[in-house]
Amino acid sequence: MNDWPALDRFLRTDPRDVGCAEAMELLHVYVELIAEDAAAARRYPGIAAHLQACGPCSEDFDGLLAAVRGPAG
Amino acid sequence: MASADHPAGGTAITPPPLDPVSAEWVRTLTGLGAERDAALGRLHELLLRIARRETRRRSEQLQITGPELDDLAYQAAADAMLAVIGKLGQFRGESQFTTWAYKFVIFEVSAKIGRHFWRSPSVPMNAEDWDRLPDRLGPAPARESEWRELAGALRRAVDEELTQRQRQVFVAIVLNGIPLDALVTELGTTRGAIYKTMFDARRKLRAALAANGYLDDDTPGRA
Repeated sequence: MNDWPALDRFLRTDPRDVGCAEAMELLHVYVELIAEDAAAARRYPGIAAHLQACGPCSEDFDGLLAAVRGPAG
Repeated sequence: MASADHPAGGTAITPPPLDPVSAEWVRTLTGLGAERDAALGRLHELLLRIARRETRRRSEQLQITGPELDDLAYQAAADAMLAVIGKLGQFRGESQFTTWAYKFVIFEVSAKIGRHFWRSPSVPMNAEDWDRLPDRLGPAPARESEWRELAGALRRAVDEELTQRQRQVFVAIVLNGIPLDALVTELGTTRGAIYKTMFDARRKLRAALAANGYLDDDTPGRA
């Protein structure tokens, strides 16, 4: 039974998820890899899993990626 | 979550030698006199640009503009400067120096946005309106009887399966829509601790709902 897909997605957890501390520790490395090749997420599945589930870390990732990709205005 | 013996769930990192630009940053920032002062000035200018850009990018969450937004950017850049200088010895060249430094200003912007939330919170910390669940999680089952049954089962699981701390965090984030970084400020803890609390709560709730046939079972994540 799965009558509430949004609830189902929200309660799903990924065992590869490394948590915020490790993701934040390596965010600069991960961002440079992704800036060069989006497929590089495969090398860090734990960070990729975390960024899919953690809104604040994902927001930081987006901000850092924007910072390294373009000249700051 | 992934265990500590598999860092980041991926490849172990062997730091390469510093690239020439990064090496020059480190040399001048650890130097003396006018050269160091000039490097500090350049770094501050860079961090301020990134802080301004990031606060603009996230300004909808802040609902502030103009001088107040710029003030937040200044504070973030100043605090990031302190973090970068304080942790310079930890920079191992895994990325360009500037990428590493930008990370701190992005973190500072996030922390300041979290604190800013409490200047005009949309809901009190202790509110608990279960009718808002579909607003928070997404569209509920079309038939009201179905969503009432599921929401009731979820509420029972929240009451019966979660610890007091897990329940407090669940209610704050899911029912009250308090941003995780704002909760960090309110509870005096870290983003990682709040995330772990929610991670464990989500696992418990899924297991409880699956055991009662409300959700398909899957293999829940490790703590």
